[in-house]
Amino acid sequence: MWEYTDKVKEYFLNPKNAGEISDADAVGEVGSLACGDALKLFLKVDESGVIQDAKFQTFGCASAIASSSVLTEMLKGKTVEEANKITNKDIARELGGLPKEKMHCSVMGQQALEAALKNLRGEKVAAEDLEGEVVCECFGVTDRQIKRAIKENDLSSIEDVTHYTKAGGGCADCHEQLQKLLERTRAEQPKPVQLAPKVKPMTNIQRMQLVTKVVDEEIRPSLHKDGGDIELVDIEGLKVLVSFRGACAGCPSSHLTVKEVVEKKLRERVDARIQVEEVRQ
Amino acid sequence: MKITYMDNNATTRVAPEVMEEMSPFMDTLYGNPSSMHSFGGQVQKSISQARERVASALDCSPEEIIFTSGGTEGDNAAIFAAINAQPDKRHIVTTRVEHPAVLNTAKYLETRGYEVTYLPVDDTGRLDIDQLRDSLRQDTALVSVMYANNETGNIYPVQEMARIVKERGILFHTDAVQAIGKFNLSLNSLPVDYLAMSGHKIHAPKGVGALFVRKKAPFRPFIMGGHQENGRRAGTENSAGIIGLGRAMEMASQNIDQENARLAGLRDRLEQGLINSVKNTRINGNPDARLSNTSNISFKYVEGESLLLMMDVLGICASSGSACTSGSLEPSSVLRAMGVPFTYVHGSVRFSLSRYTTEEEVDLVLDNLPGIISRLRDISPFCEGREPGTVSPKYEN
Repeated sequence: MWEYTDKVKEYFLNPKNAGEISDADAVGEVGSLACGDALKLFLKVDESGVIQDAKFQTFGCASAIASSSVLTEMLKGKTVEEANKITNKDIARELGGLPKEKMHCSVMGQQALEAALKNLRGEKVAAEDLEGEVVCECFGVTDRQIKRAIKENDLSSIEDVTHYTKAGGGCADCHEQLQKLLERTRAEQPKPVQLAPKVKPMTNIQRMQLVTKVVDEEIRPSLHKDGGDIELVDIEGLKVLVSFRGACAGCPSSHLTVKEVVEKKLRERVDARIQVEEVRQ
Repeated sequence: MKITYMDNNATTRVAPEVMEEMSPFMDTLYGNPSSMHSFGGQVQKSISQARERVASALDCSPEEIIFTSGGTEGDNAAIFAAINAQPDKRHIVTTRVEHPAVLNTAKYLETRGYEVTYLPVDDTGRLDIDQLRDSLRQDTALVSVMYANNETGNIYPVQEMARIVKERGILFHTDAVQAIGKFNLSLNSLPVDYLAMSGHKIHAPKGVGALFVRKKAPFRPFIMGGHQENGRRAGTENSAGIIGLGRAMEMASQNIDQENARLAGLRDRLEQGLINSVKNTRINGNPDARLSNTSNISFKYVEGESLLLMMDVLGICASSGSACTSGSLEPSSVLRAMGVPFTYVHGSVRFSLSRYTTEEEVDLVLDNLPGIISRLRDISPFCEGREPGTVSPKYEN
């Protein structure tokens, strides 16, 4: 059973603004009977661009009906410009949240609103007239819709995309494309500026202690597995001198072990500038 | 609020008689049946009695009954026993309408190199015997066909199918979770090698079931460990559950014909009442061979989850094959296999009755459901003559 908030239940059981506006100034329609949910949104807008009335007709589950109803409540009294800024997140927030598997119901609200506002501007929109290229054929979801959901909701997995747009929830044939869209869209997103954390520089003593600890606890055990061993000969600032014992001693590829194992580990764990050299004894 | 429980194919209430018989085994008789002392040993005797009761209800010998944790374990144990005993045979036959316990096990085996034939069904959910015959191959290890379908209540001709399969020397398993206790079934004359059943569908508790393994049919334990169940199912026995299952089996096999007639009467009253008062309604399933307790009915232009939640407010419990209730976005694979139009799949509701269902409860549904449907249809953008977007999604099957 879904965990719906009291607000979702209330808007579902006693939906406000259900019905049609026969002389609507704008109508927006999304979804289909076959896909399992559909929403038709009606708006009455006055001359100053204020939404005077909003009604809906919805075929779908409880959260689809609640999302549609709450959206009409949000729209009433808003200007068209204000309405234009409503996102699916706003709809979900107004309901006190939706189960993540049901976020697509809030997205359906946003899409119907978008379609209605286009209709208001006189742009031609029909239910079949989707913009962009259809990625998910099961639910007729386009790349443009998916990109928008990824951007606005900061989605990071295919599962997320399915929860928000239904794309990929059917035959799964489009999962590869969804992964590419995710990667591409996330790469386009401006990255939050990461401030380098201020770190107090390590003292020589601290560095020596940490190098010893990493060699003892993390490097030596892995060499033991191959019957080898390592000895810390000296530490001169950022230069670490080691020599090998057991199977590693005289091993022709020991220089690789120095660079690939020891130096890599110490750079990762202690300091990126560390240089390791082997001392043959 | 009074609960009107019409979801008995999902689970049933434990019968008071069953509970009464179980309770000493959770209280004073808590000994381990494997123990040497008589305090534990006496529990073993009660388990043996339960085994005899189950065997007698199924008309088989007690040695052929292995107690399990339920239907899913029984299905898994039977399938893996059959294929592991014949490593050279790499083909399995099952149906498109199986319960996930079999369907997803078959899909898993496909990833392990097995070839699986999923027999299709017609629009009422019937299998074609000729297609079964044609699907059998030299390397077929197992045929697994459910006895009765959990969603539609359809009963499959397992007797005839098993006979055909056994003539070819191939092992046959049936998932009989929904069939047990609903009609008389004799394993003496039903030529299956394995049969899985579950306790909680017949008024025993959850977490107990039984697997029938015919003498000489290959078997190796699915759960490894101790020597319980003759070395065929390890783990300390769920003694209270097993004893409950024994009692429940005994109760289920009493007055079975009389009870079936009563249930069929209630089910038909429910269906006829809904068909008469709600337009654009459709019954899903095979009217000629259906469990008498099950009704799968679809209402066009409304969505199943909404229907269930509106009934929930009145304490009425049922299920739906709609996508929104599945936890995924895919509606019922059983209804899709039957080719039920999507517009009906989304609006499907399953009512499943039990020996506790009364006529008053059926009437409560009849009094309220038509109103709920018309409320939902009033706010739906679709109605007769207005059904845009009829493209059919292609789901994986």
